[in-house]
Amino acid sequence: MLRVENLNKTFGDKKALNNISAAFPEKQTTVIVGPSGSGKSTLIRSLNFLERPESGHYYFDDQDIDLSKRVDNKTILGVRRRTEMVFQGYNLFPHLSVLQNVMEGPIQVLKKNKREAAEEAHELLAKVGLAEKADVYPTQLSGGQAQRVAIARSLAMHPEYIFLDEPTSALDPELELEVLKVLLQIANEEQSMIIVTHNMAFAQQVANKMIFVEDGQILFDGPVKEFFNTDNQRIVDFISAMTFKNI
Amino acid sequence: MWHIITTSAPQILAAGLKYTIPISIVSFVIGLIIALFTALIRLSQRKGAFIIIKAIARFYVWLFRSTPLLVQLFIVYFGLPYLKIQGVFPNGIQMAPVAAGILTFSLNTGAYCSETIRASILSIPHGQWEAAYSIGMTRPVILRRIILPQALRVSLPPLSNSFISLVKDTSLAASITIVEMFEVSQQIAAQNYQPLVMYSLVAVFYALFCSVLSWLQGYLEKVTSRYVTPIN
Ligand SMILES: Nc1ncnc2c1ncn2[C@@H]1O[C@H](COP(=O)(O)OP(=O)(O)OP(=O)(O)O)[C@@H](O)[C@H]1O
Ligand SMILES: [Mg+2]
Repeated sequence: MLRVENLNKTFGDKKALNNISAAFPEKQTTVIVGPSGSGKSTLIRSLNFLERPESGHYYFDDQDIDLSKRVDNKTILGVRRRTEMVFQGYNLFPHLSVLQNVMEGPIQVLKKNKREAAEEAHELLAKVGLAEKADVYPTQLSGGQAQRVAIARSLAMHPEYIFLDEPTSALDPELELEVLKVLLQIANEEQSMIIVTHNMAFAQQVANKMIFVEDGQILFDGPVKEFFNTDNQRIVDFISAMTFKNI
Repeated sequence: MWHIITTSAPQILAAGLKYTIPISIVSFVIGLIIALFTALIRLSQRKGAFIIIKAIARFYVWLFRSTPLLVQLFIVYFGLPYLKIQGVFPNGIQMAPVAAGILTFSLNTGAYCSETIRASILSIPHGQWEAAYSIGMTRPVILRRIILPQALRVSLPPLSNSFISLVKDTSLAASITIVEMFEVSQQIAAQNYQPLVMYSLVAVFYALFCSVLSWLQGYLEKVTSRYVTPIN
C-alpha cells in the first residue's frame, strides 16, 4: 500500500502541503477534491516524484523513503516503475503514433519485445475504445480520445497505482463522459487509482475513499458515503458549490 | 565572354567538388556532433566536478561566437605552429591547410549549432519530460526517444541556416592556401582580367550549392513534420 506521512512543500512563502498524511488503499480508488490552489496537484505529483516535498515520509509497501534526505535515482525510478501519472493536458508524445505512444514504455522501460508490446497496445486501445486510431498521430485526436490513449499508455506499464490529475478538466461534457466511463471500468477491475477531480457526480460513483484538501491540509479523509453525508459545513458548502446546487 | 565562362566554369566546379563541398559536409557533420554534446553538457543538471566541464562548454561557445571566423582560421593555421609546448608539441601544432580548415569550421559551426540545439531542446514542453519520467524512463532514454526527435524538427530551419552559412564561409579557406572555388576564381581573374565575370560565376556556384541545401531542408522539414497537423 501507498502511504505518506507529514509531507511539507513550500513554494516561496506559500505552503502548498502542510504536514499532510494520508493512505491510499490498494485496489481502491481514492478521490482527492478541494478548492483551486489547495495543493491537490502538488500532493498527487509528489507521489510520482514530479514534485519534491522538503520533508515527510513516503511508504510504498515496506519501503520507507525519507523525503528530507537526498533520494537516489534508483529509488525514484523504482517508484515511477510501479506508478503512472495521467495529466490534465494528456502529454502524449506527438511524434509517435497512438500505437507507438502505448508501446514506448513497455519497450524502453520494461524491455518487452516489439511484437509483444504491439499486441498488448492493440488490446489496450480496444479496451479504451480506440482500436481504429492505432496508426494516427495524437494531433489528430479529440481531447477525449487523447486522454483515453494516455490512460491506455499508463495501463501498458501495469502500474500498481495510477495517479490522475484532473483528467477531464479540459474536456467538454460529452468527451468527459467517454473518459469517465473508461475510468469507471478500470476502477471496477480493481486497479488502484488516485484521482483529482472537480466532478462530484463522478467522484461519488468511482471513489471508495475521499480526501478533501484545503490550504495544504486535509480536512476530510474517509469513506465516500461519509463524505457526501457529512455535516461539516465547509464540505457541505464545497459540494453544493461544485454541483451548482444553490445557483 | 561565353568562351571565358565555358573554360573557367569546369575549373571552378572541380575546386568546388574537391574542396568546397567535402570541407562543408565534413565540417558540418563534425560540427553537429560537437554541437550536440556541447548542448547536452550545458543542459545537464549534474553537479560537482561536472560544473567545470559545463564552464568549458560555455567558454567554447562564447569564444567561437565572439571572434571572426577569418581570425580563427589564421590563429589555427598560421598561429598554432608557434604554440611550442615542451614535451607535448615541441615543434608547435602544424596542420595541413585542409585539416586546419575543417577543424576551425567544425568548431565554429559547432558553437552556433549548439545554441540552436540547446534552444530547441528547451522549447519542448515540460509535460513531455514529465510524461516520460512517469513512465519510468531515465534521462538519457527520454532525450533520445522523446525530446531529441521533437527538437530536431524545431531546429531544422536554424541548423539549415548554419549549414548554408558554412558553405559560403568556406570561401575564407582561400586565405589559408586552400585552392577552393573562390581561390580558383581569383586565380583565373588575375589571368584574364575579368573579375566581374569570374566572381559572378563563382557566386552562381555558391548559390547553386546553397539552393540544393534549401531544397533538402524543405524535404527534411516535410518528413519530420508528418505528425504535425498543417495549419489552414
Ligand atoms: N511551481 C510552482 N511555483 C510556485 N507556486 C506553486 C507552484 N505549484 C503550485 N504552486 C502553488 O501552490 C499552491 C497549491 O497548488 P496546486 O497546483 O497543488 O493546487 P491545486 O489544488 O492543484 O489547484 P487547482 O485545482 O487549481 O489545480 C497554490 O497556491 C499554487 O499557486
Ligand atoms: Mg491542480
